[in-house]
Amino acid sequence: MGRGYSLTERTGAEARPRKNHLHRYTSSHAPNVIPTSGARESSSTVSSVRRLRCASQLQRYTLLGVLCFGAITSIGVSTAAAEVPQSQASRSLEVCDPSVIPISGSGVTSILESNSAPAREVRSLGYLVVAICAGIFVVVQTFLVLAIVRGVRAARVANASAGSGAEPVQVFGSLPIEVAWTVIPFIIVFVLTMVTIRTIRDIDLTKPPEGALTVTTIGHQWWWEFRYTAADGSTVITANEMHIPAGRPIWVELKSADVIHSFWVPRLAGKLDVIPGKTNALWIEADVPGIYLGQCAEYCGTQHAHMLLRVYAEEPAQFDAWLAAQAAPAVEDATVTVGRDTFTAFSCFNCHAIAGTSEGLFGPNLTHLASRDTIGSGSIPLTRSNLVQWILDPNTLKPGCNMPSLKLEPAQVESIVDYLMTLK
Amino acid sequence: MTHASESSTPATKTPESFWEIVGRWSMSVDHKKLGMMYVGAGLIFFLVGGLEAAFMRLQLAQANLKIIDPETFNQLFTMHGTTMVFLVGMPILLGFGNYLLPLMVGARDMAFPRLNAFGFWLFIFGGLLLYFSYIGSQGLYGAPSAPDVGWFAYAPLTDRTFSRGNSTDYWILGILVSGFGSMTTAINFIGTILCMRCPGMTLMRMPIMAWMMLVVAALVLVAIPVLTGAQIMLLLDRSFGAHFFDPETTGSAVLWQHLFWFFGHPEVYILILPAFGFVSEILPTFSRKVLFGYPLMVAATVSIGFISLGVWAHHMFVVGLGPVLNSFFGAMTFLISVPTGIKIFNWIATMWGGRLRFATPMLFATGFIAMFVIGGLTGIMLATVPLDWQLSDSYFVVGHFHYVLFGGTVFGIFGALFYWFPKATGKMLSERLGKWTFWLLFIGFTMTFMPMHVSGVLGMPRRIYTYEADRGWEIWNLITTLGVPVQMAGVAIFLWNVVKSLRSGENAGNNPWDAWTLEWSTTSPPPEWNFDRIPTVTSARPLWDSAHPEDPDAHYE
Amino acid sequence: MRTMSKFKPTLSRAKVGMASLIFMESALFSAFLVTYLYYIGKSPTGPQPMDCLELGLVTINSICLFASSATVVFAVRALSRGSLKGFQVWMLLTILLGLEFLIGTGLEWKKLIEVQGLTIDSNVFGTTFYTLVGFHAFHVIVGLVLLTGTFMLALCGCIKPERDTERVEIATWYWHFVDVVWIIVFTLVYFVGKVPQEALS
Ligand code: HEA
Ligand code: HEA
Ligand code: HEC
Ligand code: CUA
Ligand SMILES: [Cu+2]
Repeated sequence: MGRGYSLTERTGAEARPRKNHLHRYTSSHAPNVIPTSGARESSSTVSSVRRLRCASQLQRYTLLGVLCFGAITSIGVSTAAAEVPQSQASRSLEVCDPSVIPISGSGVTSILESNSAPAREVRSLGYLVVAICAGIFVVVQTFLVLAIVRGVRAARVANASAGSGAEPVQVFGSLPIEVAWTVIPFIIVFVLTMVTIRTIRDIDLTKPPEGALTVTTIGHQWWWEFRYTAADGSTVITANEMHIPAGRPIWVELKSADVIHSFWVPRLAGKLDVIPGKTNALWIEADVPGIYLGQCAEYCGTQHAHMLLRVYAEEPAQFDAWLAAQAAPAVEDATVTVGRDTFTAFSCFNCHAIAGTSEGLFGPNLTHLASRDTIGSGSIPLTRSNLVQWILDPNTLKPGCNMPSLKLEPAQVESIVDYLMTLK
Repeated sequence: MTHASESSTPATKTPESFWEIVGRWSMSVDHKKLGMMYVGAGLIFFLVGGLEAAFMRLQLAQANLKIIDPETFNQLFTMHGTTMVFLVGMPILLGFGNYLLPLMVGARDMAFPRLNAFGFWLFIFGGLLLYFSYIGSQGLYGAPSAPDVGWFAYAPLTDRTFSRGNSTDYWILGILVSGFGSMTTAINFIGTILCMRCPGMTLMRMPIMAWMMLVVAALVLVAIPVLTGAQIMLLLDRSFGAHFFDPETTGSAVLWQHLFWFFGHPEVYILILPAFGFVSEILPTFSRKVLFGYPLMVAATVSIGFISLGVWAHHMFVVGLGPVLNSFFGAMTFLISVPTGIKIFNWIATMWGGRLRFATPMLFATGFIAMFVIGGLTGIMLATVPLDWQLSDSYFVVGHFHYVLFGGTVFGIFGALFYWFPKATGKMLSERLGKWTFWLLFIGFTMTFMPMHVSGVLGMPRRIYTYEADRGWEIWNLITTLGVPVQMAGVAIFLWNVVKSLRSGENAGNNPWDAWTLEWSTTSPPPEWNFDRIPTVTSARPLWDSAHPEDPDAHYE
Repeated sequence: MRTMSKFKPTLSRAKVGMASLIFMESALFSAFLVTYLYYIGKSPTGPQPMDCLELGLVTINSICLFASSATVVFAVRALSRGSLKGFQVWMLLTILLGLEFLIGTGLEWKKLIEVQGLTIDSNVFGTTFYTLVGFHAFHVIVGLVLLTGTFMLALCGCIKPERDTERVEIATWYWHFVDVVWIIVFTLVYFVGKVPQEALS
């Protein structure tokens, strides 16, 4: 018989009664004695073919698998190669059209909708890796299904035939096959490592790209602080809504005031942790103006879920105007002095800075509060009524947040809000 | 059937009272009783952890729900993760090792039976301590009543400043204590495997599961002490004013992450290797074939053990480690897919050309392969460093690890439960109910965890108690939540199956599946001393040899 | 049949158990050692290793501890020769040397705390120093309990040379381990860690 073993020979040669109910060894066996096979006679023909070290069929299929792997990898690599120039091209193609960046609907924070060079590069790498994995998935699951289908069929055939008690060919292993499926994954791993390292080199920058604007971003439990250097060299501080010029590289320096947070705006770049005692920096570069959404991505305590991020990418001129406005002192409106006095009469000033009025650092800077769209780190639209509600009791809007309710009279709150609403 | 056995018992001996039974079990140093208690306790914790998950899913079913407040939610995922990893995965897997290893290597008990019992009670004590936090930890006003720092408890969120009260101390102590339990068990495994094998059982003739357990034990001994050390430091920080992880005073928040993940990554292999072992035992039996490539399987297991010690920083790609470290750890992580792949291929080759019988254990084993491959491949996507910058800490990661932990570990556990239940109790589980369990779990699992990958890609971070409407996440979260009742049904049917089988199951006999390893040569359930006569083996499949004396495996070694 | 079929595992459980325990303990110590290493020179304020750590007392302590490793070997040798008396004497010496180490460490700490003002919350140096050295001292205590137990058993005559030599020997492995760890801790803390602050910044 030798090594050329086939299905027909198997069903023919083996004649042994098969008991396929569950009670193969019943308690009539003496306990603890290894059952002997008195009842299971066997033929020596079976044994001579049983121990094929290598099933040629398996070998053929492995070859098939190897070819599939090879094809997948090369397709993957070539798509990746094609993807790179393409992504660079699309950068100049996407003209500045504010309407392309939606702020609601499916995909607003999708990592597949990239509007920034680093995010795009991650995306093309992602497509490549997903393609390779999908290929592996298809190959492996195909073999699994094939093995199942064939195995079930073989069992049925064996059951139906008279000599169903025999066992199938016992294959202990095969050196060539085993070598094949050790080496092929190695090659795939090598490819994956190379493309990964290339992309890391491209976007994990250790110093700011040329012409970059630096924005210092400080994570607080549970809101964001942004610091810019204005044209006159003074520091501009704002909160929760980050403004950047579109089309210019931004160097986001990340610091934390308390615990670890993570800065993540999926359309602009991958995330990077904001770690106390360590300064990290991230490169983003929005192609087109628009509002990009994101949120804190490292668990940082009770209100981690409401530590949202909004990045406003604007035309450079518009951005410069915004920065100049933020650098200007707070409006001194004579009609709201009562509100300002109430604000300073209570402990608000301990935590909040309003240029010219107070210098607290614990909470968001309110100098130009009214120029923002949201409060509570992007989780609540900035409206008069929300602001009133917030100052009355922030916990109803953002349970567990670090601003206490100062138990003010509604009238006092109204006057504070009057004041705050003038802080354009 | 039931009547017959009930009425025959009093004839032989007087029935034990409830407390006598409790006493007999709790004083026991028998590896089989301890193993079953491990598995039983683990299953109870599984229900607890599962219910915690169910509550989380309820809150996340739709955007901006207010069913559960943020603090409670944070406690839920912390307790869910901690429970599932330390009080479900570890004890059940180690419990199976406890039950099976002596039987598989032909020994009368573990190497250190009393240490074994000690380890078990440490685990129970640790688990109860963790849950006692719900009652015992409210120290200060507003302090949380249960740990809410996440299962990896990143500093400095765990510092006194940010985590008031005692809940975090309960987390530390509970895990620390049960960790010592795991370490004693590991020492026992190593002792049993190296010293207690029966005559003729060389290392290369051990059932493959014993190899996997050996590597697991070694990993436990390397990894858990590092966690223990880190937890001691954290305890000193919290209680004695030390500054290990306190950035205010030049302590480092990143050091905790290094220490934790140096434990945490091997830990996930501790959670998967035993399941690999179960599958490697189940597949040959139901394919009627010998395991394909035993030596390569051993080599793959050992190299997984080694490589898994050098990949921990793949959980820290977003920390900003710098291009060099990121590349190194990315490459190492990719590398681990080679030995893992070998296993997958060897399993498929084992099934190849076999005569498959899809009893419930086999269903779970093949389900395991199919699902684990998906989880492994999403792992590869995460190991692609730049892609991880996008996907890390998103629901994609949650999807990844439930595929490997549920599709891998839990499927493996269910396969093992169905496979060895007849051995442990002498009763068969119902095949019909078993198939229901499998398909419900399979469908529920896919419904729950597949959509998580999508919501992750759509930018949904993990560990958020609620989310904004209109980001395209609602539908995926809804499907996820809807999968949970399906899984519950599967689990409930399993529980019913156990109860029913214990009351009126078919008798199993010694070797219901016609398997080939030593545990099937003794009675079901085995006597306290396991084997009347210590067996002698001449190959890795002693029962094959005795069934086929004309053609024993020993000829082919 | 084959030679392998007559195979019988011969490793002793006690040896494997103790080896595993020591393996585990090594991992535990590694966590503390790595942490110490990581924080060397990272204490901008507070007492510095350069100024606090003196080699005088600790050298005597170390010599005692190393010597105790030798005496415990002699104790086991005596036992294997069948001399219970010799065993008791060497064992007592070992325990005394171990005690000296503990007392010496206590005195050193007393001075550090009272004179140098170094405590666990002074800075990360204090934190890591007391943790690492204290954790080692804790192991010395465990080892001493083990040795004292053996010594007591020997005193009451419960130890039979022919029967128990191996067991006692295995128990002393732990003592040797504690000793080896001290070599590493000593080198790390008193040599590697004593870099002047300015050299690092
Ligand atoms: C059972 C547990 C288990 C297992 C086995 C794995 C296996 C793997 N894991 Fe997973 N992982 C977890 C449990 C597990 N993981 C958990 C719990 C977390 C999150 C912790 C937390 O943050 O809470 C996590 C997180 C996690 C991360 C961090 C994500 C993040 O937070 O940013 C990464 C990144 O690299 C990763 C990668 C991998 C890889 C590459 C494997 C590999 O071992 C997979 C190897 C398998 C295959 C690849 C498939 C089969 C192979 C083939 C068919 C061969 C051919 C394939 C190739 C050549 C590629 N995992
Ligand atoms: C082995 C590990 C394991 C297992 C099995 C599971 C099982 C499940 N997990 Fe778990 N999960 C983790 C390990 C695991 N998880 C870890 C480590 C984390 C990270 C934690 C962290 O971030 O810190 C996590 C986090 C995690 C999250 C993310 C939370 C967040 O980031 O906000 C979610 C969300 O959906 C989730 C869901 C589920 C669900 C629905 C199941 C289901 O499969 C559960 C199914 C089981 C049941 C539903 C029980 C059956 C109950 C009954 C039948 C009722 C009968 C009752 C009685 C008789 C009393 N898990
Ligand atoms: C103990 C410190 C503290 C005090 C006192 C305090 N706040 Fe706040 N405040 C905060 C913090 C912290 C936040 C950020 C909360 C968040 O988003 O999680 C905040 C947020 C706000 C915001 C929203 C800002 C934004 O951009 O999101 C307003 C408005 C505000 N506070 C007004 C007030 C007023 C008015 C008072 C006095 C009546 C006051 N605060 C007192 C700490 C304080
Ligand atoms: Cu900040 Cu999460
Ligand atoms: Cu990992």
